[in-house]
Amino acid sequence: MSLALPSLRFRQASVIPGFGVTLGFTLLALGIIVLIPLAALVLKASEVGPVDFWRLATSPRTLAALRLSFGAAAVAALVDGVFGLLIAWVLVRYEFPGRKLLDSAIDLPFALPTAVAGIALSALYAPNGWIGSIADKMGYKIAYTPYGVTLALIFIGLPFVVRAVEPVLAEAERDVEEAAALLGASRLRSITHVVLPSIYPALLTGTALAFARAVGEYGSVIFIAGNIPMVSEIAPLLIVIKLEEFDYGGATVIAVVMLAISLAILLLVNRLQASLRRRDAQA
Amino acid sequence: MKHFNLRNAGAIAAVALTIGSGSAISRADTTLLNVSYDPTRELYKAINESFAADYKAKTGENVIINQSHGGSGKQARAVIDGLKADVVTLALAGDIDAIASKSKLLPADWATKLPHNSTPFTSTIVFLVKKGNPKEIKDWGDLAKPGIGVITPNPKTSGGARWNFLAAWAWGLKANNGDESKTKDYIAAVYKNAPVLDTGARGSTTTFAERGIGDVLLAWETDAYLALDEFGKDKFDIVYPSISINAETPVAVIEENAKANGTEKQAKAYIDYLFSPPAQKIAAHLHYRPTDASAADPADLAQLPKIDLVSIDKDFGGWKKAGETFFADGAIFDQIYKPTN
Repeated sequence: MSLALPSLRFRQASVIPGFGVTLGFTLLALGIIVLIPLAALVLKASEVGPVDFWRLATSPRTLAALRLSFGAAAVAALVDGVFGLLIAWVLVRYEFPGRKLLDSAIDLPFALPTAVAGIALSALYAPNGWIGSIADKMGYKIAYTPYGVTLALIFIGLPFVVRAVEPVLAEAERDVEEAAALLGASRLRSITHVVLPSIYPALLTGTALAFARAVGEYGSVIFIAGNIPMVSEIAPLLIVIKLEEFDYGGATVIAVVMLAISLAILLLVNRLQASLRRRDAQA
Repeated sequence: MKHFNLRNAGAIAAVALTIGSGSAISRADTTLLNVSYDPTRELYKAINESFAADYKAKTGENVIINQSHGGSGKQARAVIDGLKADVVTLALAGDIDAIASKSKLLPADWATKLPHNSTPFTSTIVFLVKKGNPKEIKDWGDLAKPGIGVITPNPKTSGGARWNFLAAWAWGLKANNGDESKTKDYIAAVYKNAPVLDTGARGSTTTFAERGIGDVLLAWETDAYLALDEFGKDKFDIVYPSISINAETPVAVIEENAKANGTEKQAKAYIDYLFSPPAQKIAAHLHYRPTDASAADPADLAQLPKIDLVSIDKDFGGWKKAGETFFADGAIFDQIYKPTN
């Protein structure tokens, strides 16, 4: 109880004035840019009626698409979490020729139009592409399968993790690590008990961002997915298909379902993050 | 400080003069927006030039025509949602019907206002295969055979893909003596052979021609010839099936928009020009089938063989009915992909 109360109360005024103005501005901007469009979306979906809403939201094709979108996004976010952490580690802790270039290249998936990424990836991983032809000989298909979808999502999500973890790693104080070593901790133990706990929240943020971006990704995925219904059709494509049928209501139903699932997952991540911070503060 | 202000004033005057003269030019010119579908970029670029010259000669007026291209359905939606198109030239009459019924920007009987169902030129669906046709794909029946990779876009997102689907259906009905359930099995087998469903016709052409996926591409006749030009005649062959569909790609003036833009006269002249001999000649040269072949180059016409063509209105009862039967939510195309357990 005592824990929940402070968050309900407005924060005490700081020495610097302007809380009222800044809060007002924040709510206005957030309202115009995020909340009103999302509210309009929910409103549009509510036109459909509960029976049709349920029928659309639970049709096998919608469920298959949602499963693929969220499943592939989760796998991609996990892969991004692991490799993003490794990349950030290397970029922060080591000096080597070309480091600056590599550091800048990490952001390229942000800058690239997603369609270009999709076309480049499908050219590489198609059965006649450089990598795809090798995989094909070994009996694996990557492009035009759910693996291709996951691959595109890994690509577009990677910078989120790197960019979230990098500054925290750079700020982490080496002396604590050195103290751990002096006190006789093994290298592995000092990583798991000293370094990682301090970057968990950042890592979690980056992974959650990568996940959130991956769920809604359209441009790069449709080129490599193959778009076969029930197999490699992502939920955003299903939304576009509904729009092509001039079925605005149906499209918003799927959008609202996606929104709800995403919101639930992001809330969960936030709580996990808060508990990690609290544990960190107590330690 | 004073001379600085003077220079500033001079600069402002110069800018004002430029803007003034700029608007003087734009007052004399009329700008039309033609909202079209994906593969017509080359076609309208050529026709627009020819029309502008012709109109200038007749009236002394300059007309600039801006083009917008994309998937036909997406383009129709943009017009419904407020894109100020003066004219539309789309892949399906169904898409213009949708504009008429959802936005009331033009009357529901728009198609009766111009010759040939408001269709200046048509196209059809053909097969593009690898050079020498190694899998011996001759007709629609071959597409259902095991081991044949069929590349076609998704009929849900592509106008061209709807023509593909209906052409295959027409063959299936004929081959099965009108038995619909057997035809459905045939269509299901064809789509089981599709490893990729791109969202648009150009995407499918890339998948087949550049990525080397599949054995046969179901394509617009115009796109098939374009692929020959782009990738070389030594790489691909065009196969004409025994039966295909007369793909009518209609045009219309978006009357309310033209009225609001003050371009009614020019928009009407532009649409009429599409039916004129010079425009028909250009269309035939770019492998569209002209409705008036009188001025077309015989060499261009010779490339477009006469084949048995079914019609959307006569054989499928128009787009409204075809849409409901085949492509609507839960209709035949969706049933093909229903899990069977």
